[in-house]
Amino acid sequence: MAKKIPEIPAASLADIAFMLLIFFLVTTTMDVDSGLRRKLPQWAPEQLEDDDTQINERNVFVVLVNKNNDLLVEGDYEQIENLRERAKEFMANPYNDENLPEKEPAELPYFGEVMVTKGVISLRNDLDTQYGTYLAVQNELVAAINELRDELAKTKFGKSYEDLEDDQQDAIRKIYPSRISEAEPKGKI
Amino acid sequence: MSKFRKNDGKELPPISTASLPDIVFMLLFFFMVSTTMREVTLKVKMRLPEATELSKLEKKSLVSYIYIGEPLPAFQKTFGKAPRIQLNDQFSTVGDVQDYIIAEREARDEAEQPFMVTSLKIDENTKMGIVNDVKQELRKSAALNINYSSRQRVER
Repeated sequence: MAKKIPEIPAASLADIAFMLLIFFLVTTTMDVDSGLRRKLPQWAPEQLEDDDTQINERNVFVVLVNKNNDLLVEGDYEQIENLRERAKEFMANPYNDENLPEKEPAELPYFGEVMVTKGVISLRNDLDTQYGTYLAVQNELVAAINELRDELAKTKFGKSYEDLEDDQQDAIRKIYPSRISEAEPKGKI
Repeated sequence: MSKFRKNDGKELPPISTASLPDIVFMLLFFFMVSTTMREVTLKVKMRLPEATELSKLEKKSLVSYIYIGEPLPAFQKTFGKAPRIQLNDQFSTVGDVQDYIIAEREARDEAEQPFMVTSLKIDENTKMGIVNDVKQELRKSAALNINYSSRQRVER
């Protein structure tokens, strides 16, 4: 008579699995890390820093944030809700306004000869500005450029900017460059 | 009919638990895949600011974190209430940022180093002074890809 091998009890397997499950529940986090991506400028030695005097006054969109978290945009007080529209108007300059940035012709793939804005956004904050306000301002400026790119992508290619091919994105990036310069806070604002 | 009424009059058979481990393992794998390990114990309080133009941090292995915020109540006796920088598991000063970045860089593969991102997790009430100091240190150590960690704002 062949001896029957006793079955391995599987009742405790569930307990072991539960223990593992609880361990993972406790030691891990669910949150996805997301944020506003920016690129810092290259570190430059002190003497090289004063070359922004070359840029024409009309080509600079000056945003100042003071220690009370008030915004001064191009010389007048502004609410943060209106900043996106102002920045979009500045970067696009649809009617070639005298006071808005100059444009220069450029040869680009997909677009041919187009006028590209020379505008630069300059953001400066006080040392006592709250980080929350600073990030909200940054967010609005990035959003303005993203919206312009998206609008252009929709009219030109009929797709949103994210769905385009890499070289199409490159061409659009050249037309609406993300030029946000952050001056170091110095002196009074 | 008798086919279906075999056990008539007898007690119910016990519910088989043989599939219970399988179910639990399924849950376990779900959590293992969808969550990430907690890497440091936070010693500072942070309420991240809100933003709309978010992008996700794709490769977790290439991200190094810098936390800035008010120390937790347990540490306020020794460190006070002013916002502090936390690198890895300890409070640090602005001067330590460069060493931290270099150490983080050394730990990565050389081919991956250009794609490293520094995630700044900063409390929204922090003053920009300390943030600017950290940013200058990051520029000095050539860690130029940064990510201002923030929460998704619900559009009104």
